[in-house]
Amino acid sequence: MIEFRSVTKQYPDGTRAVEDFSLVIPSRKTTVFVGSSGCGKTTILRMINRMVDPSSGSIQIDGKDIGGLEPVALRRSIGYVMQNSGLLPHRKVVDNIATVPLLKGVKKREARLQALELMDTVGLDRAFADRYPSQLSGGQQQRVGVARGLAVDPNILLMDEPFGAVDPLVRSDLQEELIRLQRDLDKTVVFVTHDIDEAFYLGDQVVILKKGGHIAQVGSPAEILADPADDFVADFIGANRGKRALHIEETATGSILVDDDGRPAGTLTGSVPAAGGRAQP
Amino acid sequence: MNWVVQNASYVGDSALAHLQLSIPPIILSFVLSVPLGWVANRYRPVRGVLLTVAGLLYAIPSLPLLIVLPLFIGTGLRSPVNVIVVLTLYGMALMVRSTADALEAVEPDVRQSATAVGFSPWGRFWSVDFPLAGPVLLAGMRVVVVSTVSLVTVGGVLGVNGLGLLFTDGLQRAIIPEIVTGIVLVVVMALILDALLVLLGRALMPWTRATATPSRRAARRVLATA
Repeated sequence: MIEFRSVTKQYPDGTRAVEDFSLVIPSRKTTVFVGSSGCGKTTILRMINRMVDPSSGSIQIDGKDIGGLEPVALRRSIGYVMQNSGLLPHRKVVDNIATVPLLKGVKKREARLQALELMDTVGLDRAFADRYPSQLSGGQQQRVGVARGLAVDPNILLMDEPFGAVDPLVRSDLQEELIRLQRDLDKTVVFVTHDIDEAFYLGDQVVILKKGGHIAQVGSPAEILADPADDFVADFIGANRGKRALHIEETATGSILVDDDGRPAGTLTGSVPAAGGRAQP
Repeated sequence: MNWVVQNASYVGDSALAHLQLSIPPIILSFVLSVPLGWVANRYRPVRGVLLTVAGLLYAIPSLPLLIVLPLFIGTGLRSPVNVIVVLTLYGMALMVRSTADALEAVEPDVRQSATAVGFSPWGRFWSVDFPLAGPVLLAGMRVVVVSTVSLVTVGGVLGVNGLGLLFTDGLQRAIIPEIVTGIVLVVVMALILDALLVLLGRALMPWTRATATPSRRAARRVLATA
C-alpha cells in the first residue's frame, strides 16, 4: 500500500505542481492517474521513488515513511517504465534488462540468464537479446522497458505514459500484455496516462486529476462512468458525447445501440434495462 | 628522396621525438578536460567563465606562450615539459568545450531513466553520461590530435627536438627536401593518429554503428547469394 498524506510540491519559483494531495494506492491493484498535461500526475508518480521530493506532507509505502529511505536503494527496489522506453542506447537489450540486478551486485551470468527469461515473460523473441535498442521497433523497445522494470521482481511498478509514443495498434497489444502480466505477477502498478480510454481499460482504481494535482474523482472505471462527480469529470471522460453517450434505437430488424454521432456501436445482449435505466458501455 | 635516405636516422629520430612530445599532451588534455567539462556542464554560471577562458587560451599565439611559460613553471626553454604543458593547455582549450557540449548532448530522457532505475550520481556518470558523450568527445579529440601534432612543430623554432627542426634547419640551410619531408611527415603522423583514434572509437562504442548493422548484413547476404 502506498499512502500520500497531504503532499504538496512547490517549486522555488512559487508554482505549485501538487497541492495538498492525499490518496491511498491499494496493493496488488493497478491505479491509473489520468489528467491533461500539467495536472501534476507525473510529479505525483515520481514522488513515489523520490525522483521528486515533496515540499511538505509525507508518503508511506507499507506504513514506512519513504522520506527517511536512501533514494538510490529505494529506486532499485521499485520498477520504473517510462515513455520512449528510456533504455540505455549503448547497452544491448539483454544488458538493459539486467541493469538493476547488476547494480545490486547480481553476478553477470546469472543476471543475463534471468534477463533472457524476462524476455519470454514480456513476449520478446530471445533473438533480440544481443541487439541494441535502436535496432528495435518502438513497441519492442517498450517491452524491453517493461522487462527491465520487472527485473528485480519489485512489489511496485511505476509506469509513466509507457505506451504514449507507440502507434495505436501496438499500444493496444501492449495494454493487453500488461493486463495479462498483471494477472500473473500481481504487482502494485501505478500508471500515468492522459488517455482516458487507456485509464479505464487498465485501471482497477482510476484517479482523475485537475490542475495542481487536485483529485476530481477516484473510483473504479464503472463507478466513474456511472456517476461522474462533476461536470469536469463528465466532460473529461466524455460521458455526454461521442462514443460513450449511447442510446437505444429501434430499427426494422431489432434494437441497436447508437453513439452520439449516430454511429451504430453495438447491440444489447441479455436483458434490456428497464425504462429510465442507464446504458453502460 | 636521396636526402631522406641519407638522413634516415636523423629523420627517424625527429619523428620519434615529435611523437613523444605529441602523445602526452593529447592524453593529458583529455583527462584534465573531463572534470572541467563536467563542471562547466553541471554548474551553469561557471560554464560561461570556463568556456571563455578556454577560448581565450587558444587565442594566445603559441610561440610567445612557449617562451613565457618557463618563467612561471621554472622549466628550461627547450625542456619537453615546457612543450607538453603548453600543448596540454591548447588541447584543453579545445576539449573543455567539447566535453561540456558532449555531456550536454546526452538525452535527458536516458539520464532521467537511469536515475529512476537506481544509478547513483557517480555510477550514472561513468556508466551512462560518459559513454554516451563518447561520439562527441571523439570528434573533439580528433581535432586535438591534429592540432597538437602540428603545434609541436613550433617547438622547432626554439630548437626543441621534433619534426619542426626539419623546417628550421631546412630553411636555414636551404635544403628543400628536408622541408618537404618535415611537412609530409607531420601530415602523415596526424592522419595516422587520427585513424587510430577512429578505430579506438569503433572498438569502444560498437553501438554507434548498430543501426547500420542489420542492413549491412542483409546487403552482404544479398551479395553472397547473387
